[in-house]
Amino acid sequence: MLQETIRQQLIAIVGSDFYKDDPQSLVTHSYDGTPMLQALPDGVIYPASTEQVSAIMKVLNTHRIPVIGRGSGTNLCGGTVPVEGGVVMVMHRMNRILEVDLENLVAIVQPGLITKSFIAHVESLGLFYPPDPSSMAISTIGGNIAECSGGLRGLKYGTTKDYVLGLEAVLASGEIIRTGGKLMKDVAGYDLTKLLVGSEGTLAIITEATLKLVPPPKYKKTMLAMYKDLYGAARTVSKIIENRIIPSTLEFLDNATVRVVDDFAKLGLPLDMEAILLIEQDGETEMVERDIARIEEICRSEQAHSVSVAESPEEALKLLTARRSAFTALARLRPTTILEDATVPRSKIAEMVLEINRIAHKHQVTICTFGHAGDGNLHPTATTDARDKEEIHRVEAAFEEIFEAAIRLGGTITGEHGVGLVKSPYLEWKVGSAGIEVMKAVKQAFDPHHLLNPGKIFAKQSRKRVVLQHG
Amino acid sequence: MVKTEDRLTVGITSATAANVNTHGTEPACSSPRSPQLQLAGKLKLRLDEDQLTNCMRCGFCLPACPTFRETGIEAESPRGRIALMKAVTDGLMMPDQSFEEQMSHCLGCRACEPACPADVKYGQLIEQTREAIEEHTESHRWWVKPLRQVVFKQLFPHQKRVRLLGGAMQLYQQSGLRKLARSAGVMKLLPAHLSEMEQVLPNASSKGIVQKIGSHHPAKGMKIATVGMFRGCLMDMLFTETNIKTVELLTEAGFEVVIPDTQACCGALHAHSGETEDARSLARKNIAAFQAAGVDYIVSNAGGCGAILSEYDHLLHEDEQWREGAVWLAKRVVDISDLLIRSGKLATAQTKEQPIRITYQDSCHLRNVMRSADAPRKLLREVSGAEFVEMFEADRCCGSAGTYNIVQPEMAGGLLERKMEHANATKAHYLLTSNPGCLLQMKLGAAKHGDGQMQVQHIVDFLHERLVHNSSEKAKEQA
Ligand SMILES: Cc1cc2nc3c(=O)[nH]c(=O)nc-3n(C[C@H](O)[C@H](O)[C@H](O)COP(=O)(O)OP(=O)(O)OC[C@H]3O[C@@H](n4cnc5c(N)ncnc54)[C@H](O)[C@@H]3O)c2cc1C
Ligand code: SF4
Ligand code: SF4
Repeated sequence: MLQETIRQQLIAIVGSDFYKDDPQSLVTHSYDGTPMLQALPDGVIYPASTEQVSAIMKVLNTHRIPVIGRGSGTNLCGGTVPVEGGVVMVMHRMNRILEVDLENLVAIVQPGLITKSFIAHVESLGLFYPPDPSSMAISTIGGNIAECSGGLRGLKYGTTKDYVLGLEAVLASGEIIRTGGKLMKDVAGYDLTKLLVGSEGTLAIITEATLKLVPPPKYKKTMLAMYKDLYGAARTVSKIIENRIIPSTLEFLDNATVRVVDDFAKLGLPLDMEAILLIEQDGETEMVERDIARIEEICRSEQAHSVSVAESPEEALKLLTARRSAFTALARLRPTTILEDATVPRSKIAEMVLEINRIAHKHQVTICTFGHAGDGNLHPTATTDARDKEEIHRVEAAFEEIFEAAIRLGGTITGEHGVGLVKSPYLEWKVGSAGIEVMKAVKQAFDPHHLLNPGKIFAKQSRKRVVLQHG
Repeated sequence: MVKTEDRLTVGITSATAANVNTHGTEPACSSPRSPQLQLAGKLKLRLDEDQLTNCMRCGFCLPACPTFRETGIEAESPRGRIALMKAVTDGLMMPDQSFEEQMSHCLGCRACEPACPADVKYGQLIEQTREAIEEHTESHRWWVKPLRQVVFKQLFPHQKRVRLLGGAMQLYQQSGLRKLARSAGVMKLLPAHLSEMEQVLPNASSKGIVQKIGSHHPAKGMKIATVGMFRGCLMDMLFTETNIKTVELLTEAGFEVVIPDTQACCGALHAHSGETEDARSLARKNIAAFQAAGVDYIVSNAGGCGAILSEYDHLLHEDEQWREGAVWLAKRVVDISDLLIRSGKLATAQTKEQPIRITYQDSCHLRNVMRSADAPRKLLREVSGAEFVEMFEADRCCGSAGTYNIVQPEMAGGLLERKMEHANATKAHYLLTSNPGCLLQMKLGAAKHGDGQMQVQHIVDFLHERLVHNSSEKAKEQA
């Protein structure tokens, strides 16, 4: 609990309904989508405007109290777990679409807006906002920006960072800054917009975003290619790209994933396949037809067992929805599901998939793999049980090796979920110690007292990189 | 303090309250052997640890949950409620009064279950929680517990008493007493939502279906199968006619219908409010009754009853003697709409009125537990001369939820208001439902917020008027 005087100052800003510190509120803001993490905050606050955010920050800054911005708490890196206590700031009340500018093709929104509601609104106006994390029915635009979320369309359309043109944000001091705007071009100084995208709530609280919209594709086709051989499927991914075709979606699911997804979504997928690729192309009709035909050829040349094109938009949507549920559907297998986010250059997908399987086997853990293969972004997912400590240790060791393998193949420790708490010990593997120092200096400039989401991104100690014995 | 360097350590220490906190927030304190501590112990025993662990906190269930939608507060969501249950069993939090209140805020509509890809059995968790709370709590509104005592223990388990009450209500409604009571302002003594409810109650009956038409009804034409009808208590007292029409629809569709008179209340209300032992003993009676009747199906025309019947296997899974019978019954339970669509032979229905527009409000338990959302819609789409319009968020709870509208009037009222906005927007002439609780709630909604044009009916009554009559008329014409 915060000191009574500080509580009263916060209540004076938002009203007594919107500052809570009863046990129930604390417990329900002690976790996010990341397994096995929990820590209680001191309070939970629900601001309604930028001015309120600013006033709150001033109070917290004066008393050096940490603040954790929170959308819907769906992140998978421990990003909203208040490990050093403090106040969780829930953005749900700031959820309006402030403007859709049809002349400039931009929208201005508040951070607490649910991504799916935004997409639905934009689509009703005949426009398109491509970033579509699988969690979009729940996650917020603010959370998406803070994590730089990607989705099934990332391969062709890019991720959240490619659609954020401007931001309004409140610094730790309570000062309000504005970056970018409705402009398509802007090189006035450092690109603070890009810096804030993916900053995981550690640099500022985002209070407003100007987002780029694009015209929707005219036509699209979805297909499913099934493989008895995992390697063939993975090679297909690299080959499609090599052939200079960029599908709008190119997703990979291994056998274990197919089984659970089918159990959940009742699609009647064949359960004896080692891997399935879900491929979508969109754009001008002619180009789509040509690409799909060419992709089909490639699939067959890589020994696809069967290739089929969705008959109707409903069927296609069902397939995509099923893919979006893959992660949580895996949770049906064992009580605890730990999903990781290793990413490699697209040409290395096949190699990485084999590495993951080898590592899983070595450590005797179950790891199912699916992901945005077209971006090189794989989600090796361990199904385990948090209560079995010994097994959890093996899982952790396996993931450590998987990160190591990703880096060795020219990849990274996270492609879209962020570093947060969970991957902070490994960040140095990717960016090096000089990289960490620069990042810390940036943090210092924005947040000199380390009040914004403390404990995230920067670990107290980096993990030693393991030296692997191959074979 | 939590070691951020090691996710593992964080995870495992977080299971113990003391290590988790960092800024000195103590779990709500309580003296040893305090009621809270006792309740915590009970919860630890009762709650299914696997299910609690299975919840991966992905939040997929949040958009499905009506109470979260109304309030936007994490604690009012399935993920939040599960986190609270887990926090209690982990010793991170005491089950204080606000915990109890939060658990009774849940509608039990189970919309969170189909939304959950991890297949967390939320319904079981909330029932286990309520069962533990029920044995301890003092926190109900003053009239809830005695009312439940009377209704659950003294009334529903005894069909004869239900009928007696039906008779008393009939007397009250028809003898002029009701008029007198209304004009004398007696109603004003009741909480507003109860007197509103009183106004939409249909005429009760002292005779149930068996007393009125007997318990055995042969199929018309070739017999497809024998179905045992579950008559329900509320259904049988307030909607006897609907029960009779159910039998007629079924025999018309080729089923032989038996209505074992020894069947009891389904136990749904008991189970949902934590009186699980009572629910179990009712379940045993029903299993015995229907097994003796030797039926192929057990048909229900009330989503709430059907759902609990289909979960008897879970209710009695620890009861060695009755486990098998419970599975036997649960497997055979089917909703009237499903049975008609799946197995029955049905004459096409036709409306005699001007072309009409109809819409349908799902019964949560029919949809989310029995997973039947298509069958009623298919039936309604087949009615010629009627246009079926899907209501926005027809799958969302209307706020009736068993006794919820009686014990949680504020939340229920909010939900109903929103529901009626959507219902009115369809401009339907008929709003149809599949459960007596929903039916009454929607009647109340139409009376309070309706445009005066919309009739609220049970789907059976609606179809009966247009199927049986038509086909018997057709038969007459042909003869
Ligand atoms: C089932 C499931 C599927 C997922 N699929 C994907 C996927 O396909 N692609 C993907 O990229 N991610 C995915 N995720 C991860 C997660 O959904 C995303 O990271 C999402 O963007 C988080 O949004 P949120 O609103 O829940 O944010 P939260 O989890 O609440 O917060 C995430 C981070 O943002 C910060 N933050 C939130 N709001 C603000 C603000 N206004 N200002 C400053 N900081 C803020 C928080 O402090 C935290 O660090 C998935 C998660 C789940 C559970
Ligand atoms: S959808 Fe299921 S697993 Fe996800 S938070 Fe809700 S109950 Fe838990
Ligand atoms: S049962 Fe209904 S009200 Fe209760 S948590 Fe689930 S969705 Fe929400």
